[in-house]
Amino acid sequence: MTQTPIVPAAVELVRVRKDFGSAVGVADVSLKIERGEFLTLLGPSGCGKSTLLGMIAGFLTPTAGKIVVDGDDITGVEPYRRDIGMVFQSYALFPHMNVFDNIAFGLRMRKMAKAEIVAEVRRAIEMMKLDGFEERRVSQLSGGQQQRVALARAVVIRPKVLLLDEPLSALDKNLRAQMQVELSDLHRKTGLTTIFVTHDQGEALSLSDRIVVMNRGEVQQVATPIELYRTPANGFVASFIGEINALPVARYEIDGTDAALALPGAGRLVAPARPDRGFAHGAQVRAFLRPEHVRPALPDETVANVVRGVVTTHIYQGSHTITRVEVEGIGLIETRVTGAEIVGAYPIGAPIALVLDIGQAVLLAAP
Amino acid sequence: MTSHRLRSLGFWSLVVAILAYMTLPTLVVLMTSVNPTEILAFPPEGISFQWYEKALTYPDFQRAFKNGLIVTSLASTAALIVGSTFAWLVHRYTFRGRGLLEAVLWSPLIIPHFTLGFGFLLLGGAFGLQQGYVMIVLAHMVLVMPFVTRAVYVSLANIDPDLTRAAANLGASPFHVLTRIELPLVLPGMAGGWLIAAVLSLTEFTASLYVTGSRTQTLPVAMYNYIREYADPTVSAISALLIIATTLIMFIADRAFGLRRVLAIDTH
Repeated sequence: MTQTPIVPAAVELVRVRKDFGSAVGVADVSLKIERGEFLTLLGPSGCGKSTLLGMIAGFLTPTAGKIVVDGDDITGVEPYRRDIGMVFQSYALFPHMNVFDNIAFGLRMRKMAKAEIVAEVRRAIEMMKLDGFEERRVSQLSGGQQQRVALARAVVIRPKVLLLDEPLSALDKNLRAQMQVELSDLHRKTGLTTIFVTHDQGEALSLSDRIVVMNRGEVQQVATPIELYRTPANGFVASFIGEINALPVARYEIDGTDAALALPGAGRLVAPARPDRGFAHGAQVRAFLRPEHVRPALPDETVANVVRGVVTTHIYQGSHTITRVEVEGIGLIETRVTGAEIVGAYPIGAPIALVLDIGQAVLLAAP
Repeated sequence: MTSHRLRSLGFWSLVVAILAYMTLPTLVVLMTSVNPTEILAFPPEGISFQWYEKALTYPDFQRAFKNGLIVTSLASTAALIVGSTFAWLVHRYTFRGRGLLEAVLWSPLIIPHFTLGFGFLLLGGAFGLQQGYVMIVLAHMVLVMPFVTRAVYVSLANIDPDLTRAAANLGASPFHVLTRIELPLVLPGMAGGWLIAAVLSLTEFTASLYVTGSRTQTLPVAMYNYIREYADPTVSAISALLIIATTLIMFIADRAFGLRRVLAIDTH
């Protein structure tokens, strides 16, 4: 068997822009995708992530900018000459062909020898655990099986880049978790440069080497999942990735080694002054605090940054409970604590004192 | 009796009334076809199949049936080729005059067959093609074109655009997208469209009356000429045979090609 190894390509987007009439689909996006990287385009619907993917595949022509794959400018190249594999949200399996013919389609278009096609398709079928389904019509397959056929069909042509357009969104929850693992395995096995589009931050965090957060056609931040979660670049990213409490705009005050946030109507919150935050005395800032960095105060505890409020909701989630507290002068604050004890200890309507771990908060300049 | 049952009774009475109204004329013709005597009497006075025998052996009908088959197969096939091309152009491209092209294509649905037949008769006279096969085939082709085009157009529109994109993504040139994806997927639509065209052409009367001659007349014209001379149940019998044949064709077409989809009764 001739098995040429897959040579993943590096992709570069240079000020890629797409206008739809007067509306901006994608606004001057520049991006470098490393060889073999798993990169995710993440954002709400209409943020331009699918438009960007469509331009990389060649289904849409950019209004301006260029797309470079392994040093070659492919901006004007027809889709069928690009050697870029794609898995569609609807899978787009050919209904008039069986599983084998669907997977073999790309190889036949490449005029590969018959025996070689059979060998390659067999290997793809094995890899995607589709043994015994070769002769099935695609309409006879379950959602998960269709998904695997779509993946096999895209991977078997040894594409330079693999594009995944929300491939998990049509699956139910359990299957989605399972396919997430399979996608991860597939990426590890093939080493393909992969661009994954999703609106699901959980999928993005668990699968990606890097995540590109997009909103209204613009890139908000490019970072690893951990960086993205810990140090979001702006308010949009902070609220889009995971749960977060946005505190009201405060005045940043430096007092020796301590810094304080003066909240109008809610007193002062103190934190060790971190030079990396780089705010001047008197700057207007907003603090973003994850629910896991908020906890109920112990009885008679005397620590800094305690705020008082009233419990409004408990959301029990098995391993932990999310509790919403209405805090005077601040608004709703969510706290996330292990177990369910908080539900009994603080019934809805009960007063509660919360300790805010401001040292962990993300501070962003308030516009 | 509850009001619900009353309403239900009213509903079913209405359904039966509508069904009776729509099928009664056909039923009357069918019933007269088995009349044993030589008059077109209703209700029939007995049961006999002698008129069927006469209809099947009557030379004018035999010849007209053969004429009809020739005209139908040529006109439907020509309409299929031209109509499919139009449908594909309209589906694939946006161009100046596309609206006009569509309007012209649908016009046989609006213009009376009488007018079209008369027009073709005058044209035929100008070109010396009176009442020959060429003129009949051309007339029938125009009449059935909207139906074929519609059938193919709907099948094309029903193809998920992601399928053609996926094919291109896998390396299929526009030619291969057409031959490997689009054509196989519209084939049922084309076959269904052809059959509808065939049935319409086979039973078309108004325009055919003008463009056919005594040598080239099609079955409906032959039936009309027959009944002007003889008022016996032979025409009823041949009507019955024609109805049975077209029903059979439509039934097979629905089973084989999904006629419902071809006629856009459910587009996804």
